[in-house]
Amino acid sequence: MAQPRVLVIGGGLAGLSATMRLAELGANVDLVSLVPVKRSHSVCAQGGINSVNSLTRQQGDNEWKHFDDTVYGGDFLQHQPPVKEMADWGPRIVDLMDRLGVPFNRTPEGYRDQRRFGGTLFKRTAFAGATTGQQLLYSLDEQVRRWEVDGKVKKWEFWDFLEPVLDDSGRCRGAICQDLVTMQFRAFSADAVIIATGGCGLLYGRSTMSMVCTGSAVSRAYRAGAWYGNGEFIQVHPTAIPGADKLRLMSESARGEGGRVWVPKTPHDPRDPRNIPEAERSYFLEERYPKYGNLVPRDIATREIFDICTNEGLSVEKDRLCVYLDLTHVPRETLDRKLGGILEIYEKFQGVDPRVVPMKIFPAVHYSMGGLWVDYQKSSTGGLVEGSPRNQQTNIPGLYAIGECDYQYHGANRLGANSLLSCIFSGLFCAPGVIAGVDAGGKQAAEESSRLFESRLRREEERHHSLLSRTAGDENPYDLHQQLGNLMTRVATVVRRNEQLAAAYAEVCSLEERWGRCAVSDSGNWTNQNVVFTKSLGDMFPLAKLILKGALQRDECRGAHYKPDFAMPGLQATDLAEKRREAEQWCDRFEANTRRWLKSTVAKYGADGEPEISYEDVDTSLTPPRPRLYGLVGGEMIEEVWNERLKKAAVAGEGQGGSAGQGVGEGHGNQPAYAGSAS
Amino acid sequence: MIKAVESAEHSGDAGQQAVADHGGNGHGAAAPRVVRVRILRQDAPGEESYWERFEIPYVENMNVISILQQVAARAKSRDGRRVAPVAWDCNCLEEVCGSCTMLINGRTRMACSALVDKLLAESGDEIELRPMSKFPVVRDLVVDRSRLFRALERVKAWVPVDGSYDHGPGPRISPESQEDAYPLATCISCGCCMEACPQFTKIEVVRREDESAEEFDSRKKAAFDSGFVGAHAISQAMLFNGHPTGKMIADERLEALTSQGGIQMCGNAQNCVAVCPKSIPLTRSIARAGRAATVWAIRKIFDR
Ligand SMILES: Cc1cc2nc3c(=O)[nH]c(=O)nc-3n(C[C@H](O)[C@H](O)[C@H](O)COP(=O)(O)OP(=O)(O)OC[C@H]3O[C@@H](n4cnc5c(N)ncnc54)[C@H](O)[C@@H]3O)c2cc1C
Ligand code: SF4
Ligand code: SF4
Ligand code: FES
Repeated sequence: MAQPRVLVIGGGLAGLSATMRLAELGANVDLVSLVPVKRSHSVCAQGGINSVNSLTRQQGDNEWKHFDDTVYGGDFLQHQPPVKEMADWGPRIVDLMDRLGVPFNRTPEGYRDQRRFGGTLFKRTAFAGATTGQQLLYSLDEQVRRWEVDGKVKKWEFWDFLEPVLDDSGRCRGAICQDLVTMQFRAFSADAVIIATGGCGLLYGRSTMSMVCTGSAVSRAYRAGAWYGNGEFIQVHPTAIPGADKLRLMSESARGEGGRVWVPKTPHDPRDPRNIPEAERSYFLEERYPKYGNLVPRDIATREIFDICTNEGLSVEKDRLCVYLDLTHVPRETLDRKLGGILEIYEKFQGVDPRVVPMKIFPAVHYSMGGLWVDYQKSSTGGLVEGSPRNQQTNIPGLYAIGECDYQYHGANRLGANSLLSCIFSGLFCAPGVIAGVDAGGKQAAEESSRLFESRLRREEERHHSLLSRTAGDENPYDLHQQLGNLMTRVATVVRRNEQLAAAYAEVCSLEERWGRCAVSDSGNWTNQNVVFTKSLGDMFPLAKLILKGALQRDECRGAHYKPDFAMPGLQATDLAEKRREAEQWCDRFEANTRRWLKSTVAKYGADGEPEISYEDVDTSLTPPRPRLYGLVGGEMIEEVWNERLKKAAVAGEGQGGSAGQGVGEGHGNQPAYAGSAS
Repeated sequence: MIKAVESAEHSGDAGQQAVADHGGNGHGAAAPRVVRVRILRQDAPGEESYWERFEIPYVENMNVISILQQVAARAKSRDGRRVAPVAWDCNCLEEVCGSCTMLINGRTRMACSALVDKLLAESGDEIELRPMSKFPVVRDLVVDRSRLFRALERVKAWVPVDGSYDHGPGPRISPESQEDAYPLATCISCGCCMEACPQFTKIEVVRREDESAEEFDSRKKAAFDSGFVGAHAISQAMLFNGHPTGKMIADERLEALTSQGGIQMCGNAQNCVAVCPKSIPLTRSIARAGRAATVWAIRKIFDR
């Protein structure tokens, strides 16, 4: 067979690792990216990458536990086989990155140092200073540059992916892309197309994500018929630095090193925070969660900070929501040694020294767990079959998705330091399957296929020129984007309510309609960023709609999706027998909810442009779902009842060889019901 | 316990609304109401450049990117004319992707970390933005920095591994070596060091009418290769020559550094290190490279 030609869209960790592996396996790769791949969003990741390692292994850790922490943290919404395969690959991936030259921090003896992140008791996280993502990306970028010199890879940087090209049978045969400098179009014919375009934080206006994280490429694939999974699951990080242009991440390690979160008891107290006496401060996390204090899990910290500012009206500032994150009591020397890098970020962008003045922070949109729906082939041992063309393939044959833009690994909530792993894993792992899936025999007649590409190219050109000619409209795309962002942030982040979601859906429809009247202020055809932005804004609406509709329909709380109207409150009774009865009811309700809602949301682009939502069962064959009881009143009693039920099920299941589940708070020992993370 | 959280009407503006215009951190009561900028524009390569002035409402903690976002959104010059939005590059807004280099008040630096308060303190009431001068202008503040990535190919800035199959962990590395290498590895390929370097001069190659994309590409690379590689690539070469596996092709890197446009062009002016936003010890890398190159040149003579 001739060497296959693969088109990879996006050169973050996922796209680069796929490119490297594909080139090594003999494929020729065209790599398309909006920005030079070395400048991809992956450079922003600070915290680290998870994997079991020789040290944790000797402390009782293993791949199964990493798998279990991941699905537990994700509230069991992931299909389990891909997660298991990823956890199994973890050690090999970190070893590989080490060989590629990533300057991981070292122990005195010269081994890789590890730190502990949220959601586990083990020090699984390898890190390189405060720039792990940057270091991982660079070492992959370097390997891909090597392949480029060898002629196996051709980069197309400053290019925009516009649509996949499907033939009559529905198979993906390539894509149409546009040069952002010359504004010219080009049809790329390919044996397979891989989308690796990252998250969609810009749907929320400002987030912790980079400026190219618009979700446009994914939206374009969705419009061409690719399904989108679990869209409503958007992670909000509790501590970010609000900025006029971006919300910059403040790592959880600031709280890990003793940072205290507080607000003045007097609303918008105008005094310098340093002059506010202790008695006039509310350390609300410490007060509400005496056991965990400032280190409560990510989703809980986020909701509490949100609550104190919105419901209690205790935001530090009047016109901007924020609370203090205070490190000023920690000795300067300790801060410099342990938090130097992240404190410099605050100082650099806020112009204030956080060692002297308390920081102002607020939650921000951080990660999209949802993404393009992808398939997998399960192996007999519960993992995946390596080399199967089904792995990471969307519902469109020949079209693949990897990295943050797929929906596969993080369920309802992502654990810190697991994303860098899933990006590199999905990239490396999919490559042999992509090659095996090349439809060598079915190639269309050259003439027919050139006609196909020609017509798609024309279509994109027309779309572009019709936008360019819209100079007289009365809507401003940047204003519309801000309105969309404000709306999405208000209704589809921390707390969700059905009436608000329904109203927001209607509002997005009207914003989309107004988008149709957008004027472009630049009608030129050279490096026209204005028209490119306007185009990508238009592509945000279909994604916004599927997020809102998915959230509206999902009447439960799961991971990042929190609806107070459907929350399961703790136990109220004080009488023991009564309490037990309530716990039984609680467990009944949990089981019923699992049957009803433990399902992936699958959105399809309908004929009328609206999302059609259906639900798909989740493969929980490796470990059955169990409740997350964190901070719940009466949690111990619920735990007791739950564990009894499990035992009963185990006895009943023995004869049939059924597997009994894992108890709450047992199995992997003293696992805290903790699903937070560092960044 | 989590209480049911009410989303008050204003709540969603969670960090979205513009920050109020009041004297806050680091600013006296006299915060300006507007920010004035003048931008050196150019519509396309080969065209004349021209100044255009803009006026933007002041917001606390603004940086140059937020000014440019406002300029794009308004698309109006200071005198109220409708003008095409200014083109510029950015991505991370955290000074880690290297996209947004420009000349701000005459100094090469990153737009995303250039705070308006500081700039105003430095330059009075108007901020000046110009594109980098050592790279060809594509449009307005966007320049073509492909030469900088080509330099990484020239010095083989990578670890020459066998491949991506599993061979266990990498070599053991002492904490001292890691601490030595890590700063070099944080280079964001922004180009500031090249912009400031007197030895680094602009190379602009224009595509001919009759030329194919491939022909143009290879002509461009050849032209780049005749010029100075720059401090950034020298430092990267030293990074990989210091890595246990990377050093297996140390000679090839030294060969590149001693050929045309190599280290001998460096006049040791040390402008580069002064402007590097990541405070990379470029002088140390250059000194190391100089010594290694000398040893290499001598060895080459004896090996003949
Ligand atoms: C501040 C921050 C800190 C984080 N820290 C951690 C951490 O410590 N640990 C962890 O595990 N995870 C972390 N994450 C998450 C992690 O960084 C991301 O999920 C991951 O880097 C995504 O990688 P990717 O390869 O999928 O996509 P990206 O790195 O986002 O790359 C996307 C690529 O697609 C290209 N692209 C996009 N659209 C188009 C288009 N239309 N046409 C052509 N090309 C296109 C872009 O140019 C880019 O090359 C963090 C995230 C943030 C925001
Ligand atoms: S030291 Fe060398 S590289 Fe640096 S500015 Fe001077 S001449 Fe340029
Ligand atoms: S060495 Fe410094 S100035 Fe030069 S490209 Fe790297 S980060 Fe930029
Ligand atoms: S935008 Fe990334 S460095 Fe400025």
